[in-house]
Amino acid sequence: MSHKINPSMSLVKPEANNLSTKQKISISLGIIGFFILILALLNTNFPNKGLFLTIALGLISVGTILFANDAYLTKLEGIKNDGVWFKSISSRGTLGWIAGIILTLFYIVLYFFEELLGQGVNGAANTGLISLFDPFSLLLSGRPASQWFVYGTLYTVAILIFGYKFMLKYRHNRYQQLRTASVMFFQLGFAFLIPEFMARLNESPDYNLPYYDLKSMWPLNYYLFDGWSLDGLLSSGNIGLALLIFGVVSIFVISPILTYKYGKRWYCSWVCGCGGLAETAGDSFRQLSSKKLSAWKLERWLIHTVLVFSVIMTVAMIYTYLGSDPNKFWLTKGTFLISAGAFLTLIFVLAMAFKRHELGTDARYGAIGYFIIIALLLTIHFLGTTTEVFFINSGNLRSAYGFYIGAIFSGVVGTGFYPILGNRVWCRFGCPMAAILGFQQRMFSKFRITTNGGQCISCGNCSTYCEMGIDVRSYAQKGENIVRSSCVGCGVCSAVCPRGVLKLENDSLKGRINSKEILLGNDVDLMDLINHK
Amino acid sequence: MEHIVIIGNGISGVTAARHIRKLSDKKITIVSSETDYFFSRTALMYVFMGHLTFEHTQPYENWFWKKNRINLKKGYVKNIDTTSKMLHFAKGDSLQYDKLIIATGSKPNKFGWPGQDLDGVMGMYHKQDLENLETYAPNNKICKRAVIVGGGLIGIELAEMLNSRNIPVTFLVRENSFWNMVLPKGESEMINRHIKNHHIDLRLGVNLKEIKANESGKVKSIVITETEEEIPCDVVGLTAGVSPNIDFIKESNIEIGRGIKVNHYLETNIPDVYAIGDCAEQHEPIGNRRPIEAVWYTGRMMGETVAQTICGNRIAYKPGHWFNSAKFLDIEYQTYGWVFANPKENHEHFHWKHEDDTKCITVEYNSNTKEFIGINTFGIRMRHEVFDRWLSDKKDIDFVMNHLSEANFDPEFYSTFEEDILSSYSFQLQTA
Repeated sequence: MSHKINPSMSLVKPEANNLSTKQKISISLGIIGFFILILALLNTNFPNKGLFLTIALGLISVGTILFANDAYLTKLEGIKNDGVWFKSISSRGTLGWIAGIILTLFYIVLYFFEELLGQGVNGAANTGLISLFDPFSLLLSGRPASQWFVYGTLYTVAILIFGYKFMLKYRHNRYQQLRTASVMFFQLGFAFLIPEFMARLNESPDYNLPYYDLKSMWPLNYYLFDGWSLDGLLSSGNIGLALLIFGVVSIFVISPILTYKYGKRWYCSWVCGCGGLAETAGDSFRQLSSKKLSAWKLERWLIHTVLVFSVIMTVAMIYTYLGSDPNKFWLTKGTFLISAGAFLTLIFVLAMAFKRHELGTDARYGAIGYFIIIALLLTIHFLGTTTEVFFINSGNLRSAYGFYIGAIFSGVVGTGFYPILGNRVWCRFGCPMAAILGFQQRMFSKFRITTNGGQCISCGNCSTYCEMGIDVRSYAQKGENIVRSSCVGCGVCSAVCPRGVLKLENDSLKGRINSKEILLGNDVDLMDLINHK
Repeated sequence: MEHIVIIGNGISGVTAARHIRKLSDKKITIVSSETDYFFSRTALMYVFMGHLTFEHTQPYENWFWKKNRINLKKGYVKNIDTTSKMLHFAKGDSLQYDKLIIATGSKPNKFGWPGQDLDGVMGMYHKQDLENLETYAPNNKICKRAVIVGGGLIGIELAEMLNSRNIPVTFLVRENSFWNMVLPKGESEMINRHIKNHHIDLRLGVNLKEIKANESGKVKSIVITETEEEIPCDVVGLTAGVSPNIDFIKESNIEIGRGIKVNHYLETNIPDVYAIGDCAEQHEPIGNRRPIEAVWYTGRMMGETVAQTICGNRIAYKPGHWFNSAKFLDIEYQTYGWVFANPKENHEHFHWKHEDDTKCITVEYNSNTKEFIGINTFGIRMRHEVFDRWLSDKKDIDFVMNHLSEANFDPEFYSTFEEDILSSYSFQLQTA
């Protein structure tokens, strides 16, 4: 029998991993909760919507919590990956595919057919699933629910309950617990509650604040520099202006400093909502990411293409915005374009001057990317009008980005395909924010994963459980530290290592990348001879 | 072009091949009867436990070998004709070599127990053993109990494997405490308790008398020598150590003892024939090392070394400070330098154990000179590089105990125990 069909090599599927009675009851509770949501989706008109929403979300949460308690608290502390590749849900089995298809369909409906969820159009009252969330939304923001409120609530609940599960799974590991508590906090507070409360401010005519998740940075929140967003912020007094300044400062000042000190993990594994969902609800799928060299090549082309796209799209949006009313702002569209080009040139020159030897062949790709951007900026400058860049309406460019990247890539593929491609598809192949932070991490950061001398036994646990598809073992078995732009610093490679070989650390820049041929433990003269050649 | 043939595609042989390729353009062929591609033997347990698939245990993608011009041949070498420099395979074909590296590893020990070759009796070493285990112990309905014979590193791994599928395990250990010919008393006893906490039926100080068969020739029970107790079981794991896998060499002119006899240059008595890894036996042991070292790391080092010799830079196998690692169920173990089960002459042990009974260290030192000899650490990760340096610098135990935090390799935010260890050490000095 081929290993592809039956990875465990077993003739009889291991039945010892069957669910316990408590786990079956827990799952039943969760299914009842989901059933209420589905009834609402099918336009069942519940009498007391607040109560039924509470029951539905309550059952889902209690089910997940009880399941986690039984799965982990009945065992001693330690690595809990028994049977991962035997379970249908976590090994691309039937359940995995079903879950993938349901999630994908959900995202398609969410992004493109919100009326199916019951979104009221043209001021009509919500119906169906969305109306079930109306009382909760009214309580928080004073507005009726929208499909995004429904999504935000489910998203937050998922991070909280699966975060709890993750913390039990790693209850011997303080790093895992702290960063999970952190993403739970940022999702609940920054992404969910604060924006809802900010909407309360808009009840006053002085405020017109757009949805603003304080922790979400450009270019992840690519809509920050949209006309409606800028209009909203600029017409909301000091708070609006402060938010806009915070948005700019966070990407240009705060994030480079934190990434220098701690690596991009400070964001991707401790703060970010996309990362938060991936690390909690997506944890069961981390082993599905491809570790092939070909996947790495694809990753580098895709993610940097998205980055270039997002930079151009944003520049075009601001350019058009500034051009729409030339006398309104101190910044003119021409000055803006030149500054953007100059800033990119500065970064390019610095990287080439100081890091050329580290970059090797990647320098060529960096140069290609840079010149494409500059060429496009020049095109905007010479051919752009106040409303059009590249002879198309810049709004269309923005719509295309929102459609292909924002909706299809980050939502439908990024999360819908969790059970098929792993839990960090978006973060790995698409997120332009991850690309920027990754560039900083690779070029200028104290962060690395240290390999412990010669202790690696090449078992492959680290690579298998790397959600970003990094072949961690290929470095560890050479005694080499792992310095990769894609590493989000989740720390799971270090956790699952059976021999204590890997440690996430912030240390000096010197000796961060330490290629070795002969590993520690062998003849000292030989090591000197080969490693210092 | 010189043809280098390597028998065995384990860590030793593959490391040798990779380094020869880096250093030269020689033609390289790796022969194996076990698998098509190199895999990490130490990871087999994780395949059975469902942490990994077998493909995950292969450190290199399949294109790697062709790209690096390393030929792979699947076949079982029946004998070696060193006069004509020819390998003869079981299937009748043969292969000419210019230089031969034997890296055939080990095989599980069998001590002539009655019933040791019955169906359902197996070692845990080769990929075929794993497939065997899948047949006889896929779950706890087909395998209602397994008995493991032999309390070493493979024995406890096999216990963990079976435990992961909720198969009840009886673990027979000849010694009166787990692995106590290697581990000092405090550590060994801590592991005894940890094994029992995992609901494994650990029997200390007992020997296997015989394995009994049912009518179809499959194992049905075992009998313990000391008590005559008969334990019904469906699988018996024989994990009483390993010995060099060299049966096919006995007919050749290559000198063997327990393993293939080699000098410090890893050369056998026959020119152009080398032996590395588990199957090699040093004429003269190096330092405190055993003449046969069946350890992943030493196999790798011998591979690194022999590649130099074959490519014209003849150097001796000269391993540095001893180190090793293992994992006992949930407890990780690392060792640097030498810690003996009982302190050597003029040596003493300092032992510290955490109250949660999953962390401890033992430091061996010279009681006259205070020189630091080695450390065993359980449940606390330590830095290889730091201990290697301290051993080279011949630091004394006071220095090591006062600087222990520099060697800590636990993940960030973990509780640290250096202060506790130091105060325990100081207290012990005062009362000594």
